[in-house]
Amino acid sequence: MSSSMLFNVTTFAYMISTVVFFAFLASKNKTIGSVASFVAYAGLIVQTVAIGLRWKESYDMGVGHAPMSNLYESIVFFTWTIVLILAYIDFRYKYRVVGAFVVPFSLLGMAWAQLGMNTGIEPLVPALQSNWLLYHVITCFLGYAAFAVACGVSIMYLIKAAVEGDDASKPAGGMMSMFPPIKVLDDLSYRAIMIGFPLLTLGIITGAAWANYAWGTYWSWDPKETWSLITWFVYAAYLHARITRGWVGKRAAWLAVIGFAATLFCYLGVNLFLSGLHSYGNSKM
Amino acid sequence: MATTERSFVDNVWDFFCSLKLTLFLLFSMALTSIIGTILPQGNLPPEYIASISPSKLQIYTKLGFFDMYHSWWFIALLYIFCVNLISCSIKRLPHVFKFVSQPTLVLPDSMRNISLKSELAFSGPVDKAQSRLTEFLGNEFSTPVVTEHNGEIHLFSQKASWSRLGVYVVHFSILVIFVGSIIGSLYGYKGFVNIVEGTSINAVGGRNGNPIPLGFEVRCEKFSVEFYETGAPKEFKSLLTVLENGRPVPGYSNVKVIVNDPLSYKGITFYQSSYGQASEGGDHFITVAPRGGGAPDKIAMREGTSIGLKDGSTLKLMETTQEVRQFAPGFTGPAARVELSRPGSAPQIFIVFKDFPDVNAKRGDSLIFGYEGTNAKMYTGLQVAKDPGVWTVWLGCALMVIGLGIAFFMSHKRIWVVISHGHARIYGNVNKNQTPFGMKFEEMSEKFKQIKI
Ligand code: HEM
Repeated sequence: MSSSMLFNVTTFAYMISTVVFFAFLASKNKTIGSVASFVAYAGLIVQTVAIGLRWKESYDMGVGHAPMSNLYESIVFFTWTIVLILAYIDFRYKYRVVGAFVVPFSLLGMAWAQLGMNTGIEPLVPALQSNWLLYHVITCFLGYAAFAVACGVSIMYLIKAAVEGDDASKPAGGMMSMFPPIKVLDDLSYRAIMIGFPLLTLGIITGAAWANYAWGTYWSWDPKETWSLITWFVYAAYLHARITRGWVGKRAAWLAVIGFAATLFCYLGVNLFLSGLHSYGNSKM
Repeated sequence: MATTERSFVDNVWDFFCSLKLTLFLLFSMALTSIIGTILPQGNLPPEYIASISPSKLQIYTKLGFFDMYHSWWFIALLYIFCVNLISCSIKRLPHVFKFVSQPTLVLPDSMRNISLKSELAFSGPVDKAQSRLTEFLGNEFSTPVVTEHNGEIHLFSQKASWSRLGVYVVHFSILVIFVGSIIGSLYGYKGFVNIVEGTSINAVGGRNGNPIPLGFEVRCEKFSVEFYETGAPKEFKSLLTVLENGRPVPGYSNVKVIVNDPLSYKGITFYQSSYGQASEGGDHFITVAPRGGGAPDKIAMREGTSIGLKDGSTLKLMETTQEVRQFAPGFTGPAARVELSRPGSAPQIFIVFKDFPDVNAKRGDSLIFGYEGTNAKMYTGLQVAKDPGVWTVWLGCALMVIGLGIAFFMSHKRIWVVISHGHARIYGNVNKNQTPFGMKFEEMSEKFKQIKI
């Protein structure tokens, strides 16, 4: 069995899970919701094995390194962390339906990675040969994943708040009745960001430590660094906006969505549209 | 007059304490930072200058867009941010310290309608209830402080009151990081130096090109590159020796320096950054053998020069490489690209390899060329940095992580038990993360209600 086969199984599992989640939204049948979650977590387990296997395969090829060194591997890892954080939030707060707005992110990521990218295992260029790569990537992506969950929950909030209109005393019926109350959604988004913000902070710090160790500057305003700081500012603004009155609810939800847009740009946009030290595989040293 | 002046100062103070200013600054810094990720920073490439209109170039330059993160207005934003942070903390800290240093030992009437509460009726004497409930709180939560007030006995116990300071640890850490970066920019430098194999340097080039003396010497013993099968580079390696007064420093001889593994000496660190072939003094050796057999001629020549051969043709050495893999997949080792011109026919350009004589011979021609390599030296390019502020920055980072942990994952939990004749009431309060504490409180109040006095 090869890791690439298992990654295909994973993609398939996330696809089934997404479809079943939509069926859950349409039918409001609890069993269907449990099946959807179950399939997603089965996918998570397969993906965990696949990542481990790919790690081992790289050693068998004699270029051994953690599977987080190019765009393909990082997307795969990102989708894994998203479902992981979802599982944490699901087990802790027990709102099945959140998965319907989060698993699609993982599906999109995996589908893109499997269909559109070179999946081969590549040897590490000298710039990436460091343990810091591992610490840096893991903390960053766990943070990104928490922000993805916060974004999904905030979208739910915005939909539900729009349907309910200004009259919050009258909860929306139909599909919306399955959504947690908007106050709960608001709180979940805040909690996800409380997980994500320290992780992003750690991600930036480990990145700075690595840069200092490898290049002698912990901060050089390279576009990737700058965008991670922009993302950090946005979430810091989110946290402080909540303290002042009037910024919970819709405005906070929009801020969580904007924050995730900045996160995605930091992760992908910088590599695709801007140039710098972080462009995967392009760096000379 | 005095009152208006006072209120002006007040207004300024309120302005700098306000969270609105914080939000404005965070958004401004986030938005303006984007400029520097889109426009080139530092030395502008000529193609870029050619591609934009002169008036735009002038405006952007005036606004500092090409060195945006050091422009006066961006630095000003950062300083206002610090002032905001400091004034806000000064305003709020006394209030927070009060929570820590002067706990609310007596539950005021205004707090008695909080949601977490429960009641126990008893028939025994009050002092027995007091000792029994003190013990209960001590076992279940933490040892209480007992206060008598208006005929009631108040038991107060709390946990992690200091966690209210977590946020201020985070804020303080930001200032520490700023201080570290300022120390670095005042007392540190960044430089660059190329060292040719076998030679040494005692100064490096700073940002503006001025040499910065090191106070010691660094010699490059050797530089080498290793490649993967695929041709991608695997390792760039310099062997460096540190010399004081011309003598190698013990422990600093032939130190291996690779990317991600620098050399540090006396607070100055040398990072592997680039490499190349020293332009001076390199001869390349080309062999020319007649196909029919016979002793080959060995020619020494420099890159870019031409030489006349015995048969009247001209050989030009166009370029050479010590690793051909990137240019000719499937081949390895040193190689040279040459141009052979014979009178009356078009010049031929081809590659001759050092390690593949068969391939060299396959070129159907009356002459067989070979490449024997070079005596040219390599140089190693090193980034050089000195930053005495870096440990302050790491201290700030550690404080920030600790502070965030406290701010988000710990909470100040308080429990009061108020005893009067015939009944006791328990009250709970937490400053954040309501749910877990609520659950714990429910559990406790179940036990509380069962107590027999
Ligand atoms: C980017 C820099 C900053 C970071 C990372 C940061 C971080 C934090 C965090 C994590 C919290 C806790 C929020 C929560 O519990 O939800 C907080 C609260 C707070 N921050 Fe900041 N902060 C920053 C800048 C500022 C600035 C410039 C001010 C200036 C006024 C400020 C004022 C406050 C206040 C007043 C609180 C509430 C404190 C309380 O609840 O007692 N922060 N900050």
